[in-house]
Amino acid sequence: MIDEIQRRLLREIADLHSVPEGAYNIRTNGELASRATTANIDIVSKTDVSGIDIYIKDGTKNESVHIPVVLSKSGLKELVYNDFHIGEDCDVTIVAGCGISNCGNQDSEHDGIHRFYVGKGSHVRYIEKHYGEGDGTGKRLLNPGTEVYMEENSTMEMEMVQIKGVDSTVRTNKAELKAGAKLLVRERLMTHGDQYAESIYVANLNGEGASADIVSRSVAKDNSFQKFDSRIVGNAPCSGHTECDAIIMGNAKILAIPQLEANNIDAALIHEAAIGKIAGEQLVKLMTLGLTAEEAEEQIVNGFLK
Amino acid sequence: MLKLEHISFNVPSEQGRKEIIHDVSLEMEDGKFVVVTGPNGGGKSTLAKLIMGIEKPTSGRIYFDGKDITDSNVTERAKMGISFAFQQPVRFKGIQVLDLIRLAARKQLSPADACQYLSEVGLCARDYINREVNGSLSGGELKRIEIAQVLARGTKLSVFDEPEAGIDLWSFQNLIRVFEHMREVTDGSILIISHQERILNIADEIVVIADGTVTSRGPKDEILPKLLGTSSAVGLCSAFNGGEE
Repeated sequence: MIDEIQRRLLREIADLHSVPEGAYNIRTNGELASRATTANIDIVSKTDVSGIDIYIKDGTKNESVHIPVVLSKSGLKELVYNDFHIGEDCDVTIVAGCGISNCGNQDSEHDGIHRFYVGKGSHVRYIEKHYGEGDGTGKRLLNPGTEVYMEENSTMEMEMVQIKGVDSTVRTNKAELKAGAKLLVRERLMTHGDQYAESIYVANLNGEGASADIVSRSVAKDNSFQKFDSRIVGNAPCSGHTECDAIIMGNAKILAIPQLEANNIDAALIHEAAIGKIAGEQLVKLMTLGLTAEEAEEQIVNGFLK
Repeated sequence: MLKLEHISFNVPSEQGRKEIIHDVSLEMEDGKFVVVTGPNGGGKSTLAKLIMGIEKPTSGRIYFDGKDITDSNVTERAKMGISFAFQQPVRFKGIQVLDLIRLAARKQLSPADACQYLSEVGLCARDYINREVNGSLSGGELKRIEIAQVLARGTKLSVFDEPEAGIDLWSFQNLIRVFEHMREVTDGSILIISHQERILNIADEIVVIADGTVTSRGPKDEILPKLLGTSSAVGLCSAFNGGEE
């Protein structure tokens, strides 16, 4: 059964207001709460470790899979492996995400490892949102990992969002791209209080014409710490771009480490990183529209993370 | 409606303090279209910022609708009914044109209603409403979006700081039409900082500021003839040819 707290978490992480359409697997407090499969998408529980295998048939178009996880019990720790086996010439959307509500005094932790095997010519859109709430002293911890194995001419769009409430995150993402494969990553992150967030990306461009574009926009408030460590490796004629754009506020700390490694003369790689506070003139401009300084700051941050 | 009383403004400099505005007193009546002109570096933009509250005077008082607003901050003055168009419009990452127009109007305008303000400043609204207010927009586009926000606010007093600065000739000719139209339809008072002869030409009153003081002021017909040919009233072509006609 899904209770009211869990329902709210589901809304935050997956925009789910009722049972999703298509295939889904909803996990609450470490157990399967509900599941549905379709003619083209099958979901099977793993037997050796905790987690599921998702099988998407060749040629599956315009279908979606939702696999949200919610934790509302204090002191719960879990490690889950979810593997996506995506056939050839598919066009699918995968919505994952984890919401933790911890009102107790014990730490709650969800570590999810997602592996994607993307078939030739397939297009996958992956959306992952993290959200934490609860006023207990127990910490809300999330350590997600993704591994993406991309066959020729496949496309993977990844949208990674963590806006608030998660005390500590180490996100590790790895991608292997064959010829003509295309990886697009958009990360949006906001940390506050004493939160800690680390994002590590490594994209290996192994085939001719492979490309990667990894972009992070983040806001660090209060005493929080963020580390963005993104590395693109060009092993073939390929193109890669990685960018970190961050707003720093209060006593926050941000470390940005974009890295490039070219092992082929035709690897065209670019990195950019910028960290700065909110420009005073932006605040003044919005104040001339009648906003208070606090309201102006909120608009600037919201716009930046939109 | 707007009254400046013995306003002075100085800033720290190597020689102690440098006076930017010296004992300026001005009064602006309801519904008037006033253009402030004068040589570069004379203190015109500073005066506009002092009215909006972006800068605070070193001495003197500012009154708006009879109320002393000298100690009011930018937000408070904006809420009382003063609008300000920046000489160099500020850019934002992620904030869209529609967001700014909605904030300016202080209500959740429909995109169609917001588009009307953009159309008024000569922008094909559909192409712009969802654009980010960032470096992808040209100087002329940003300027017009800035003016559209002032229109959306519809306040008692609108202050424009050098609307002609930093835009191309073609954009500026269109912009002048916007001000001519505004002159005809608006109920509020308008104060424009400008050197442009064509803007001076639609003023009710002209104020000349040089070296931080008001050197002359009066009805347009009286002041403008004296300014023609000086840097305080440049023609359209000379403005874009470094002052050479």
